[in-house]
Amino acid sequence: MENQKEIIIRPPSGWFDFNLKELWDYRDLVKEFVLRNFKLIYKQTVLGPAWLVFNPIFTSVIFTFVFGQFAGISTDGVPQFLFYMAGNSLWSLFSTSVTNNSNLFFANKNVFGKIYFPRIATPLAQSISCLINFMIQFVALLAFFVFYMVTGSPLRFSLKMLIIPVILLQTTLLALGVSLIFSALTAKYRDFTFIVTLGMQMWMYVSPVVYPMSLTGGWMYKILLFNPMTPILNNFKWAFLGSGSFMLWSWVLSFVTTGACLFVGLAIFSKVEKTFVDTV
Amino acid sequence: MEQNITQKPIIEIKGLKKRYRMGVVTGKTLKADWESFWARKRGLPDPNVKIGQERLVGQTFMALNGIDLNVYPGEAVGIIGINGAGKSTMLKLISRITAPTEGEIILRGKIASMLEVGTGFNPELTGRENIYMNGTILGMKKSEIDKKMEEIIEFSECRDFIDTPVKRYSSGMYVKLAFSVAAHLESDIIIMDEVLAVGDVAFQKKCLARMSAAAQEEGKTVLYVSHNMSTIRQLCNRCLVMKEGKIIYDGDVEEAIRVYSEESFRFDMHRTFPQPAAYPKRQEAAVTGIEILDRDNLTCSADEKLKVRFHTKFIQPVEAMSFFVAAKYAGTNIVGTYISQSIRSNMCEDAHVDLTFDLSTFVPGKYFCDIRLVSMSNGKMRYSEEIPAAFGFEISDNAAKGSFIWDIGKWGYNLLPVLETKVDS
Repeated sequence: MENQKEIIIRPPSGWFDFNLKELWDYRDLVKEFVLRNFKLIYKQTVLGPAWLVFNPIFTSVIFTFVFGQFAGISTDGVPQFLFYMAGNSLWSLFSTSVTNNSNLFFANKNVFGKIYFPRIATPLAQSISCLINFMIQFVALLAFFVFYMVTGSPLRFSLKMLIIPVILLQTTLLALGVSLIFSALTAKYRDFTFIVTLGMQMWMYVSPVVYPMSLTGGWMYKILLFNPMTPILNNFKWAFLGSGSFMLWSWVLSFVTTGACLFVGLAIFSKVEKTFVDTV
Repeated sequence: MEQNITQKPIIEIKGLKKRYRMGVVTGKTLKADWESFWARKRGLPDPNVKIGQERLVGQTFMALNGIDLNVYPGEAVGIIGINGAGKSTMLKLISRITAPTEGEIILRGKIASMLEVGTGFNPELTGRENIYMNGTILGMKKSEIDKKMEEIIEFSECRDFIDTPVKRYSSGMYVKLAFSVAAHLESDIIIMDEVLAVGDVAFQKKCLARMSAAAQEEGKTVLYVSHNMSTIRQLCNRCLVMKEGKIIYDGDVEEAIRVYSEESFRFDMHRTFPQPAAYPKRQEAAVTGIEILDRDNLTCSADEKLKVRFHTKFIQPVEAMSFFVAAKYAGTNIVGTYISQSIRSNMCEDAHVDLTFDLSTFVPGKYFCDIRLVSMSNGKMRYSEEIPAAFGFEISDNAAKGSFIWDIGKWGYNLLPVLETKVDS
């Protein structure tokens, strides 16, 4: 027991009690969680991870019919299917990480009640898994991109695409922040599991997923500027598809919102995690 | 085991308290909380409170009420006490599953807590994958697991199935694998909550041996909660008795077990057992109460007889029913079982069944008795009623044993009739 450091357990105090060093010690656990999440996708399925790709393709086909053909919503000159698939994939990165994590206390109550590990490993791993799933979908998206490019659509690879990793990271962090807040709420009231599902559907329609920002105007445009997902989706399509125009100030605000959500989320989470097991 | 006084305790607990709220903790949904709030406003009973729990709402209760404890490296400490004494709560606090209300715990070593084996096991993953999953949850690095993989698989006796999803495992294999992972943790402190009660007898022995080795040879510190006194005896060199959130005894194992027995021994001369509104369809009879006859206390000498009246309700006519009365020494092992003569009853009625117990083989100590009603028909046994710890008695002395002190650890709980002895020379 030479130079053994002491662990001191005390009643919870303070409101931002977050041990990054400890999380680093448990990095292998985060890796295992990510690995497990991935393995569980294809256990006892025939197509396995292919489902990850089918999902956005299928939804995009429907969107192409409903919003593109029926409603005739403009896609800023981008092939409709590609426009919807791009928006859809990025949106589902955000929404699945929020919904998957928002119920994490109940989903893991058996594990949390029996063993200690930094609880934040669970949502973190979930977010990383969603990001990995997005990467797989992104490969499919790139394939369609190349297909449309060679068939004559005005699509080009450009340096603008370099901002895409930043966008993905921001989306993941924003989703983590939002879901941590919700996870604390669902730990107290299960109603919030339903509210989250409903809320995410509504949130999608006030974000430029199925329509470009050029379609919005007036007060609606101004409101959309405050939605942190607006510049994320808009700038993603700008960088990837070359459609629309770059939103700078709204994006800056979106970064601030992301930071705030993450901070509040971590603070609430660190409070709830300490005594959550007493209340289930 | 001698302890080095100059050494700092590896676990240091000071004034530890844990408060729980009683009754319904929260409505779980907004609607339920609103209903409760609205009912309280109008002075109506809360619709979300279970009947019979009304007085508990809003009250708090101290699961741990001021624990001070120092455990030194290399000690194997057993913790015993009746259910609800706070044993598990204490382990939960030490293993950081929930936070204390007051006080503090200082740990000077790496902790491996086994409140359950197989936490985080996923049925879809293979045995090997689950070893990684479970190992990392328990705080191991992947490289450590790689190093110990062979050892873990060997110990688990599951080598042939290690790449099969654990959902295809028998429940025995499942716990064996799970225990193997936990048993190979590198740690200074091992915390266990009755996890040794897994697998078959041979495997249990193996687990116990492994834990004893960890404590005695590798110098690890063990905290072990159990209701099984024989494993406490084998594993521990110090024992705590807990009661109502406090430590009431701390020291020698045998003495602790004795203190615990005294504590849990609280029997009356009369008892009635609550009856259900309706009996299960196949139940033939029920014991509604017991009464000790012809004496005014439960302290007996071994040469006395104990007469007990069982208030029995025959629900259906019975062909051949017997009372099985299993005597246990202070809540541990069953010492022996009495079986009554067969009873026959054609009527559905209430009856008194008086049984006389011969106590001559018992050694001094306190005993509990479980009652079972067993009917025999067509060579099959059927249990109608089971009442654990229905009554008890104390044997103050046994004239047959002479004047020496009986060592339960060596000779057990029964003094059999004196051997017929013939010496030829």
